[in-house]
Amino acid sequence: MLTDKEILETMGMVSSQHLDVRCITMGISLFDCISEDAARTATKVYDKITSYAKDLVSVGDKIATMYGVPVVNKRVSVTPISLVGAASGGYLELALALDRAAAEAGIDFIGGYTALVQKGATAKENSFLETIPEALSRTKKVCSSVNVASSRAGINMDAVRKMGEIVKKAAYLTRDEDSIGCAKLVVFANAVEDNPFMAGAFHGTGEADKVINVGVSGPGVVKAALEKVEGDLTEVAETVKKTAFKVTRVGQLVAKTAAEMLGGEFGIVDLSLAPTPAVGDSVARILEEMGLERVGACGTTAALALLNDAVKKGGIMASSHVGGLSGAFIPVSEDIGMIEAAAMGALPMEKLEAMTAVCSVGIDMVAVPGDTPAEVISAMIADEAAIGVVNHKTTAVRVIPVYGKGVGEDVSFGGLLGRAPIMRVSGYSPEKFISRGGRIPAPLSSNKN
Amino acid sequence: MNVIISVIGKDRIGIIRDVSTFLADLNINIVDISQTLMGEYFTMIMRANTEKSTMPIDKLIVALREKGEAVGLDINLRSEEIFDAMHRI
Repeated sequence: MLTDKEILETMGMVSSQHLDVRCITMGISLFDCISEDAARTATKVYDKITSYAKDLVSVGDKIATMYGVPVVNKRVSVTPISLVGAASGGYLELALALDRAAAEAGIDFIGGYTALVQKGATAKENSFLETIPEALSRTKKVCSSVNVASSRAGINMDAVRKMGEIVKKAAYLTRDEDSIGCAKLVVFANAVEDNPFMAGAFHGTGEADKVINVGVSGPGVVKAALEKVEGDLTEVAETVKKTAFKVTRVGQLVAKTAAEMLGGEFGIVDLSLAPTPAVGDSVARILEEMGLERVGACGTTAALALLNDAVKKGGIMASSHVGGLSGAFIPVSEDIGMIEAAAMGALPMEKLEAMTAVCSVGIDMVAVPGDTPAEVISAMIADEAAIGVVNHKTTAVRVIPVYGKGVGEDVSFGGLLGRAPIMRVSGYSPEKFISRGGRIPAPLSSNKN
Repeated sequence: MNVIISVIGKDRIGIIRDVSTFLADLNINIVDISQTLMGEYFTMIMRANTEKSTMPIDKLIVALREKGEAVGLDINLRSEEIFDAMHRI
């Protein structure tokens, strides 16, 4: 029998600590939509998505009501469009079809305008990459990701060089909206195929036809639990683990229920502490609760390592299938504590990069000056990819070189994307290094020091 | 379906009567009740069963919330599954 204390604890997590299911993401395979004709492929893609996802929003809302837990976003991820559109070459038509399908289904985002080029790119894939800036500027809900490196293949520096230019072009084409196109574009190393979170979600080639993946969140719940802990860091880690377990159990329940109601396979639960700009929903505040004056202080990397590891350990037992990115996100613009620390100079780019070595993603939602050269963006991507490849983890770069703005200015994207101060980037040039191209070989897996 | 109902409101005469009338009207069977007074606020947690009710659970939740609001009570009904999931292995 449940005790009153347990019931009140659960209710408190939802009502005052921002426990929410961040997203129910339906993964849809589009392999059976491929044809040599661009218009025909686009029609088949639109039809399949709108048919599979027609109940996604109503089921999400129903589950939210039934369990009393908000389901913030309903999303769709699809087979990488670089593959789906290769036969016809009509990538932009497909981007527009995805956007129309997302609007028709009433979902928040659709991910999968994606290419996987970690070892090399075909001519078709190269022409796909060129379409990304225009696709992002002509659509509202389409998200794009490109995998440029993996621990097995090393780093494709030709793709890295190209992605610097593509990020810059996306920033320029969406200059009237503070370069928001870049907020929907992620460059990955070791991308995962079942990630429910945007902008990096895509439906991997090894996945079933229709899969339900759920992302739960709850930085506020972890922060509230730690407020009561006066003991040492062992106790801190144990508390995070127990809290992560409880939060993930909610995700497991929602994922199973959603999969049943939608007639899809239950894929994974992604337990990620994903912050929002709302007060009380911040990962930075958890690190500060552990005892740091500000996120960015010396000790931040250690505190984040503890948090990320404890979240994974607590979550793994709570769900039959844990996947996605599972860990702690540190997007600057989406976290009130990170925004404050970056604005006051407590969190320089170099510290942020160090933090990405132990968190679950990377340089995420970071605004940089609009005149940052493409090769500098490429070099940031290369640095992050190196951290991911060597440490056998996923890393990503989602930077926004805000057109026409410089250090000291702010940019606001609104909603979950938040706002960010423009951060300073090293002014020394990596141009020659980036222009060399080629591949950085896969790293050694033994003799590690 | 087993559900957990929480009731919070300023203490006054007849809260339990009001709430149990609402539940009876909606064909919800009360299984267990515990209540406490926190300062001037009355807090009640009920375990109940909705098997006899003809309404789907999302409609029940809304109906109960509206009935509560009309008499100054915050009434929330949730499936018991979420509590079990979180607190029982």
